[in-house]
Amino acid sequence: MKLNQISVFLENRPGALSAPCRILAEAGINIQTFALADTREFGILRLMVRDWQKAKEVLEKNGYVVKVTEVLALAVPDRPGGLAEVLEVIERANVNVEYTYAFTGKHKGQGLLVFRFSDPDAAVKALMAGKVNVLSAEEMANEVWK
Amino acid sequence: MNKTKSPPPMHPISAMDFLPPQRLREVQFMRLKAMVQRAYDRVPLFRQRMDERKLTPADLKTLDDIVKLPFTTKTDLRDTYPFGLFASPLSEVARFHASSGTTGKPIVVAYTKEDLDDWTRAMMRSFAACGVRNGDIVQNAYGYGLFTGGLGAHYGAEGIGASVIPISGGNTDRQIMIMKDFGVTVICCTPSYFLHIIDRATELQVDLKELPLRIGVFGAEPWTENMRQRIEAESGIKAYDIYGLSEIVGPGVAMECEHQAGPHIFEDMFYPEIIDPQTLEVLPDGAEGELVLTTLCKRAMPMIRYRTRDITSLDPEPCECGRTIRRIRRIGRRSDDMLIIRGVNLYPSQIEAAILRVEGTLPHYQIIVDRQKDLDVLEVQVEVTSEVFSDTVGAIEQLQQRLSRSIEGVTGLRAAVRLVAPKTLQRSEGKAKRVIDKRKL
Repeated sequence: MKLNQISVFLENRPGALSAPCRILAEAGINIQTFALADTREFGILRLMVRDWQKAKEVLEKNGYVVKVTEVLALAVPDRPGGLAEVLEVIERANVNVEYTYAFTGKHKGQGLLVFRFSDPDAAVKALMAGKVNVLSAEEMANEVWK
Repeated sequence: MNKTKSPPPMHPISAMDFLPPQRLREVQFMRLKAMVQRAYDRVPLFRQRMDERKLTPADLKTLDDIVKLPFTTKTDLRDTYPFGLFASPLSEVARFHASSGTTGKPIVVAYTKEDLDDWTRAMMRSFAACGVRNGDIVQNAYGYGLFTGGLGAHYGAEGIGASVIPISGGNTDRQIMIMKDFGVTVICCTPSYFLHIIDRATELQVDLKELPLRIGVFGAEPWTENMRQRIEAESGIKAYDIYGLSEIVGPGVAMECEHQAGPHIFEDMFYPEIIDPQTLEVLPDGAEGELVLTTLCKRAMPMIRYRTRDITSLDPEPCECGRTIRRIRRIGRRSDDMLIIRGVNLYPSQIEAAILRVEGTLPHYQIIVDRQKDLDVLEVQVEVTSEVFSDTVGAIEQLQQRLSRSIEGVTGLRAAVRLVAPKTLQRSEGKAKRVIDKRKL
């Protein structure tokens, strides 16, 4: 259920974001979705790609500090209250959301969100029990990253 | 306000500044012999070094024989931390001070009651030399505490009969308010801090030239003739250079007279030599080299041929003031990598120790010193490594804070820590460039 996301440390200055994107492009890696956490001085670029090992490898070869983090991709009903219901399941399990961001496309009519939880395993358990659609790596590969 | 004044009568404390040279040499030799004997009897490291050279105190036949004695370095102070170089039992130690060492541990110095009195006398001579006298109101903005600047200037100013405001450093608005309201005539602080006071006073629309302030006793960091001219032109005071270092006593090792022609060394207490820092040979008067100082009266912690790392020269030319004690040229640079930030000594190795303490391994780092609005600012850039990189903003900011706190803990200086991407810091010929000093001195 858990997916691997890669995070890259960037300095907050012009060109800092385009350089790693260019490196990925040259390696033929498509960015499925991404989010940028930024402060005045630095940023963390979080990326979802199909071949995360290869992405990690080319970025590290180019001198980037890369961290692999386990995240979950959740299908969330695309209607008022859809997200709130999912979050309530997580809340009850006493798991913290560290950050979340959205996929650009939809999955079977539902919104698709990436979540980083303080305890991914506990989150999976709670979400499954709460009947939330957590996408597996296979589903991602076959249905999202086509 | 009219700031001209008739020359004050000489304070009796200054008598030793005017000894006939022959008599001065006799005093120096007599004191040197007694002090070397004391160190030989009481400081194991000194005795061991004398033994290695097959020397005893009896081999000192003339003052020039001082060149036979071993040097003392900051490393010796570190290696014997904290009390290893003391020549007095702790029961006779009246006070400790400390300054930055080259790593996490400070350099500890000690004084007996008599040493404190001697120090006060040296500071009284310093104040007397630049015309501070009974009736002056002295605002002492040197930091009070382990740093020698605060208490050193304090007791000297009290000793000379001035009224002392022990305001310590910082809170510039309050400094200016008190300066104005109390009718302060003498300010003691680092020259860069006074430049900051000048700028702030302008913002507060306080014209320092209209205040009774007439003398600045500036030290604890290198400064330049340009800074002196700016200070004097913008504040209407006379700016005097005071020199000292904790290992020897603190401030009051040397001080400028009213002719502002370089600090006079109080030679009867601190014997100066200039050496070539590479060959360690003693250089003649006038030649530029590293200042080496020997304390001639210290009891708790005699320093024999202490290598100050300050680069200067000895000026034997008689000064217009008539003092026979020699002058040193203003200290502009050092023979080691020590930086002086807001009057605090800083070694790059301290930053290294502080980073190592947080991260466990040592990443590339760079120390960037700049002067903004006349205040030194310290930035430490640290390359992020995969060991410490975390993918949440909070965790990275926490790392920054831990680095900051560790640096402040080790150095006493607040530094802005900036995390940078790997391999972005400048390396020259494969070697890291550790310090970028952008200050124009």
